[in-house]
Amino acid sequence: MRKRSATRLRTPLYFFNFLCFVCLFSAPAAGAQSQPPSVYAITHAKIFTLAGSPIEDGTLVMRDGKIAAVGAAVEVPAGAQVIDAQGLQVYPGLFDAVTQMGLSEISAVNATVDSAETGSYNPDVVAATAVSPSSEHIPVTRASGITEVLAVPASGGFDFGGGPGTPGGQASAIHLAGWTIDEMLIKKSAAMVLNWPQIQTETFDFATFSRREKPYTEAKQEYDRQVKELTDWLDRARHYAQAMEKGSVSKYDRDLKLEALAPVIRGELPVLVFANRARDIRNAVEFCDKQRLKMILAGGEEAYKAKDVLRSKDISVVLRPMLSFPPDEDDPYDRELTQPAELAAAGVKFAIASFDNSFARRLGQNAANAVAHGLSYEEALRSVTINPAQILGLGSQIGTLEQGKIANLIVTNGDPLELTTDVKYLFIKGQLTPLENKHRRLYEKYLNRPKASN
Amino acid sequence: MIPGIIDCHSHIAAEAINEGSVSVSSMVNMEEVLDPDDIDIYRDLAGGVTSANILHGSANSIGGQTLVIKLRWGQPASKLPFEGAMPGIKFALGENPKRSNFSIPGQPRRYPATRMGVEETIRAAFSEARDYKKAWDDYNKRVAAGEKNLIPPRRDLKLEPLVEVLEGKRYVHSHCYREDEILMLLRVAKEFGFKVRPFQHVLEGYKVADELASAGVGASTFSDWWAYKVEAYDAIPSNAALMTRRGVIVSINSDDAEEATHLNQEAAKSMKYGSLSHDEALKLVTLNPAIQLGIDKRVGSIDVGKDADLAVYNHDPLSAYAVVQKTLIDGRVYFDREKDIANRAEIEKEKKALTEKLKQAEKKPEEKKAPEKKPEEKPKPPAPTPTPTAAQGAATQGGVR
Repeated sequence: MRKRSATRLRTPLYFFNFLCFVCLFSAPAAGAQSQPPSVYAITHAKIFTLAGSPIEDGTLVMRDGKIAAVGAAVEVPAGAQVIDAQGLQVYPGLFDAVTQMGLSEISAVNATVDSAETGSYNPDVVAATAVSPSSEHIPVTRASGITEVLAVPASGGFDFGGGPGTPGGQASAIHLAGWTIDEMLIKKSAAMVLNWPQIQTETFDFATFSRREKPYTEAKQEYDRQVKELTDWLDRARHYAQAMEKGSVSKYDRDLKLEALAPVIRGELPVLVFANRARDIRNAVEFCDKQRLKMILAGGEEAYKAKDVLRSKDISVVLRPMLSFPPDEDDPYDRELTQPAELAAAGVKFAIASFDNSFARRLGQNAANAVAHGLSYEEALRSVTINPAQILGLGSQIGTLEQGKIANLIVTNGDPLELTTDVKYLFIKGQLTPLENKHRRLYEKYLNRPKASN
Repeated sequence: MIPGIIDCHSHIAAEAINEGSVSVSSMVNMEEVLDPDDIDIYRDLAGGVTSANILHGSANSIGGQTLVIKLRWGQPASKLPFEGAMPGIKFALGENPKRSNFSIPGQPRRYPATRMGVEETIRAAFSEARDYKKAWDDYNKRVAAGEKNLIPPRRDLKLEPLVEVLEGKRYVHSHCYREDEILMLLRVAKEFGFKVRPFQHVLEGYKVADELASAGVGASTFSDWWAYKVEAYDAIPSNAALMTRRGVIVSINSDDAEEATHLNQEAAKSMKYGSLSHDEALKLVTLNPAIQLGIDKRVGSIDVGKDADLAVYNHDPLSAYAVVQKTLIDGRVYFDREKDIANRAEIEKEKKALTEKLKQAEKKPEEKKAPEKKPEEKPKPPAPTPTPTAAQGAATQGGVR
């Protein structure tokens, strides 16, 4: 039988939940430091582990940040904080695999944006360095059930839009909770960003606010130049890595940029290659294959056109939101919406990501729309949980509800991909994490505004 | 099946959006740049949209003239306007008309550059319009009294639409974000005796919902957009619900051709973020925008005698799993998902044939020159801007949202 001695949090309302949270952790007198409870148990829940069939009336125990046990016949340990989740469901927290979380607060205000370094070659810059743990985006995003993200830098001033063929820096996998970036980190360097160069026959001139046409041959020359430059960088990095291995790096001047590329050359750090059009995708695949880089495709508007080569080269894709129009006028109107189902059928592994901060909370909505266009529900759930984790090499740590994994999970009153579902409780690293945020604060405040006198 | 979706803020079917050179551009009219071949008309039809309010951009305190269309895909431009719908005019307040985010290097800043200046720009324009109206009223009175050989006042195409606003013959659609600028326009409207029809965007409308309600002014907003600029930093997804609860007629709009394809889903979010009922949420994209556009006698609900503008889904439309199967306008099927899918192979074949023809045609002149590889795909319009919002801005010379 379940132990009665455990403390119970009964009311699933988020604000009460928050009050409890405050009571539990903020009650001691000022100056005193309290330790949050280390053991939680969620009982009577339907648990979607994503590592097997859902468990009806299951119990999940978290201890010291990890999942200690999950199943139908799990004992609640003495002293555990218990959440009776009767009528509720438990899922792994959602993982948004391309965002600028903490790197960009208000995109129109430069002073609040740290996502794009100037210059073309910045493999040494690391997203985690500039992630602001106080960003309002973090609690807002968290309230939609997203517990971890990849914070992605972009070089050359063009965030996620392609542009010059440049390593844009190292993307960091982070929890959406923590007092400092160190507490938030899952993996500081999870992928090297590479904006694949496009053959651009049309450019936009900001000085005159006008479009300019460029002959194809000229655009192709520019593209070839960029690929050659990239090749040269990788060659130098390869030599540098060899020198490092032989321990003779002291004979050279230390080069931080080449040093940052060394794990890429060794195939230890994947390259997150941003490309959308079929031609760019194929070019990128060919390049990475030749250079023996571990490639992850990001964007992939036309990944379906390259599905065979993506599967045969075992390249995974982090897809842009499918709630977007296809690139060509004569494409079927639902081309982006049906792509996930097509990739799944072809055996290409993919994650769905928001490629944004403000719209990160549309992650589930996008996955649900893919289901409406043929993707299996199970695969849609995986594409925002375990798939991004596996694609970024974190599959053994996070993404499903299994013993030993990091306890990032959500307790909801329904399907986490559906528009009207509420997240009732959210755990990050085994800690009950508040769902309170700027939007809820403003909602409460103005809900209670006294009637205006005029 | 639900009433066809009505998008109260759209920029589809238009060849131009912003006349951004002056801050009062009331002389230009969206009707003159209607593009019936814009593929976004079809794509939005496929999202269940049957009517849309086609607006000028927001680069100006007083922007261009606007009109409501029906998405009659395949018909000429002359058949798009919603017959009998009141014409409108776009106003804009805040960052866009003061050009906060759109300075062009080497060009001096345009007046107004502050919210104070935006108010004065609008007041000055309506002062002029008032004088202009008086000049014409005097003239007409004297003509009616039988006076001969009078010289009529000189026609002013900029002021004419503003006189129509004063006379209640043209709706004001005002882009706005912050609570202070919303109240500012309410004061100016009171001073000059006109009415704002709906405030557009109105992301801080929830802060002044009582004031909006008592002024009898509607609000057309986004579902969950925020933080793309400072004036959108206090935007919350409960905006539509909070305003509804205080008695404001609220709609959810798209401002974006793609967003328009899932306005049903955007409306559903008000159930989550503000506990609106299923019916209240559905009204946000059907009956309420119809009321705001003054077309609710004909569309916005399903009733005997009303236009047969309908959207048919395979699922509850307030779900992310619903897909539009058919869209009807005036009782005619303009979108049929089954047919669309069935036609795809044919379209693909036709495209291949045309591409082949193009390749052949291009080969001939090249026989003389060195052979040159052609790009196999049509290049995408450039997207060299850092964010989707800015990309939109650049494409339209700044200032749609």
